[in-house]
Amino acid sequence: MTTTTTETTPVIPLPARAAAALTGLGALATAASAAMAWTWTSDFPGDLTYYGSPAGLQWLALAAGLLTLAVLLGSQGVPGLRWVTPAGSNNAVLYAATGTLAVSAYSVASIAVELDGLVNLEPGGWVLAAGGLLTVLGALGLPLDRRTAVPLRIVDKRLFLLVPAAPLVWFGAHAVPGDKPVAPVLTALAGGVVIATGAVLLLQLGHLANTWLRLGKVERPLAAPRALPSWVEVLIIIVAFGLGLFAITFGIDTEYGELFIGCLLFAGPTLAALTKSGLIARLRALTVKHRPVTTGAAFAAAASFPFTQSSDQYTSVATNILIFATVALGLNIVVGLAGLLDLGYVAFLGVGAYAAALVSGSPASPIHVQFPFWAAMLTGAAVSMVFGVLIGAPTLRLRGDYLAIVTLGFGEIFRITMLNLNGTTGPKITNGSNGIPRIPDLEILGFDLGKPHTVAGIELGRFSNYYLLMLLVTALVVLVFARVGNSRIGRAWVAIREDETAAEAMGINGFRLKLLAFALGACLAGLAGTVQAHVSYTVTPDQYTFAEALPPNSAFLLAAVILGGMGTISGPLAGATLLFLIPKKLEFLADYQLLAFGAALIILMRVRPEGLIPNRRQQLEYHEAAIPAQPTGEPTALTKAGA
Amino acid sequence: MTTTAAPLLEVTGVTMRFGGLTAVNDVSLTVGEGEIIGLIGPNGAGKTTFFNCLTGLYVPTEGTVRYRDVQLPPKPHLVTQAGIARTFQNIRLFANMTVLENVLVGRHTRTKEGIFSAILRGPGYHRAEAESRAKAMELLEFTGLAAKADHLARNLPYGEQRKLEIARALASDPGLLLLDEPTAGMNPQETRAAEELVFAIRDKGISILVIEHDMRFIFNLCDRTAVLVQGQKIVEGDRETVQNDERVITAYLGAPLDDTAVTPREDSTPAVPETVTETDQ
Repeated sequence: MTTTTTETTPVIPLPARAAAALTGLGALATAASAAMAWTWTSDFPGDLTYYGSPAGLQWLALAAGLLTLAVLLGSQGVPGLRWVTPAGSNNAVLYAATGTLAVSAYSVASIAVELDGLVNLEPGGWVLAAGGLLTVLGALGLPLDRRTAVPLRIVDKRLFLLVPAAPLVWFGAHAVPGDKPVAPVLTALAGGVVIATGAVLLLQLGHLANTWLRLGKVERPLAAPRALPSWVEVLIIIVAFGLGLFAITFGIDTEYGELFIGCLLFAGPTLAALTKSGLIARLRALTVKHRPVTTGAAFAAAASFPFTQSSDQYTSVATNILIFATVALGLNIVVGLAGLLDLGYVAFLGVGAYAAALVSGSPASPIHVQFPFWAAMLTGAAVSMVFGVLIGAPTLRLRGDYLAIVTLGFGEIFRITMLNLNGTTGPKITNGSNGIPRIPDLEILGFDLGKPHTVAGIELGRFSNYYLLMLLVTALVVLVFARVGNSRIGRAWVAIREDETAAEAMGINGFRLKLLAFALGACLAGLAGTVQAHVSYTVTPDQYTFAEALPPNSAFLLAAVILGGMGTISGPLAGATLLFLIPKKLEFLADYQLLAFGAALIILMRVRPEGLIPNRRQQLEYHEAAIPAQPTGEPTALTKAGA
Repeated sequence: MTTTAAPLLEVTGVTMRFGGLTAVNDVSLTVGEGEIIGLIGPNGAGKTTFFNCLTGLYVPTEGTVRYRDVQLPPKPHLVTQAGIARTFQNIRLFANMTVLENVLVGRHTRTKEGIFSAILRGPGYHRAEAESRAKAMELLEFTGLAAKADHLARNLPYGEQRKLEIARALASDPGLLLLDEPTAGMNPQETRAAEELVFAIRDKGISILVIEHDMRFIFNLCDRTAVLVQGQKIVEGDRETVQNDERVITAYLGAPLDDTAVTPREDSTPAVPETVTETDQ
């Protein structure tokens, strides 16, 4: 951690007043363009042809423009809006402006691409484009927090040899004379070279931008908060969660991929802007102060989601997100707290689901019993836990990579075993690849979850019922995670993760605690599995693979934990939501879906390696005044011999 | 031998071999109640290996370790539970935990709250947790780290990381504390402060076995000092005995040019002077 000196200068030398005016003008123009027609034809998704009635992407432009304006006015010290930027950094304005530009540039570009040409833009579209550009130009003229030193270059100069080589390889591979088809290996290789070249160029571009902008961070204490009555603070929390629910609902309900990408492009810079402005820190302080209210508001916001929906189309997505997120949270105990890399975790979800399916009274189950739901749930969780202990007991004496390989193997063994218990290659229990179909809907205390019910005048369909049930399970898992994580056991897990030898020397029975983490993680995944079996009607082995295009699978679960932030509760929940929605909403990209998804992951991890929501410890790490590094040795790399 | 009471720790004939290499060779040592014992020797003499044999990190090839007249099981966590705590030569804190949490981890063996108690959070849980925290804060006061309880361990300066290691070890209510080079890398003032700390720990009724290279530190502190050379204990005794022992001088300073000056004084360790001269060439 080298200390860099910082300065407060504009990137583009403009008089501060003029720059602010320019930004404001741009933001206003962008917001205003939302009320104009962007294109003449309704062929573009969302039908952006009306004056005075915003739709789809236009709402995003409106929101981005207004938000930028608010942040700008706040940082300019306009009375009444100062609360927007308690940290008082102009970088927040730049980030908000970037969000505006991203939305406007993306909208204009996608209209031009899908309708063939800029000629399809109506005046509103031009206003939008100009507004986005002006906003960022103006924001670059504001005095920004910048580093004085130029960052180090990341791309090795020799890699630029790829740039001339790429077209040669590409055309060479595709222009072999004769009728013989080109070997697929060759074309794949050429594709690889082209992608690598693209990556090199992108990195170089990023480096150039970084050299030019030199955005840095100046520690600014937050302005002293105004003393508010307690009920106002509670109200602020509730409003914030309401907004959060609205944003997530908007994201889930996007009917076409263009709008979803627009949402992501808007959300990224906006979150950065809100963080820079200090608003998120302020909100966090409030939530810490009113913890029970926060928990209640979060739960209420989540529970009211089905009431915002008119059909079951998106509640089914939300139910699956909840299942995925709950399992990710369970995995977070194993990976985030205890530091055990488990690559076969989805198998425990499968064990729970199969156990529940077998005792569900499905006609395809060889066990002709129908347990009441609570008993099925206990069965699923218990069976899953037993498997956790069975797998853990012989393998948890291994450390690090070895454990990862063994768990990867277990995941596959589970899937293949379920395939083979089909009556031909093994005893007839699971029907092999056909799985266990026709799992009946749950009935809890006479309440049939399969049928729609009307609550407060709003009809809740089948998925809404399961969504609410699953929410209870999620709440239970959150409770377990929070309480165990912050206890003697949780501390022991973190100690093992940090340094197992030292932990044992402090009296911690490493093996027993690792087994406990493994068993608890398996148990929680099994719990989610019991609900999943009923939600999806059918349990098949293919649902529980290591890697696949759609979650949940082991690779995605791990990605959700790491992307969201290891060791936190909200991290995996947020990570799982994103990881579920991105592939779902990118389906229109067809063959390029996974490529785009991978690129999105790489960018996210490059920008925020500690995860979307880093845990308290990492927060301390980033926010405590840096103390010069000490020669603390190499605690993690040491073997026993070094102790 | 000046043991005033029955020995707290009794090590008899511990030998540790790694394949053909004998790192610790037939070392016996006793530590009495309330004693501070020093363990010195040149680099590679097997001091840390000897510590690892005591704390269960290694299972000694031969020999026994008895603590309060009970043979110690060769598992680190059971040794700690029995009442022996240790620090590490190269600091091994839980870097990403706070200072307070580090000490709370040290309380692990002295508390029993399990997973169900943690989920249900009954009154017993809250009582135990509050007790642990009070005890941990007390130890942080004792070592002078209370003001930094909420800092991350990794962000502490070097000297305070050493102190935190000691506080963490003390949290397990040990009867014997093993310190592995507690003043390595410290300046003279810090070393003096560390001396004070070691005396203060002894005054709590905890015996101490300390590895150190700083001779002044050792001779100021220790009731007895054992010298380990090439895995063998060549001498044990008070300051005068050790300082005037020619084999110790040879081990540290090398043999005088005149080989005849080196004469083995005890028959039990005939090989040592020769091997030392050998390495010296």
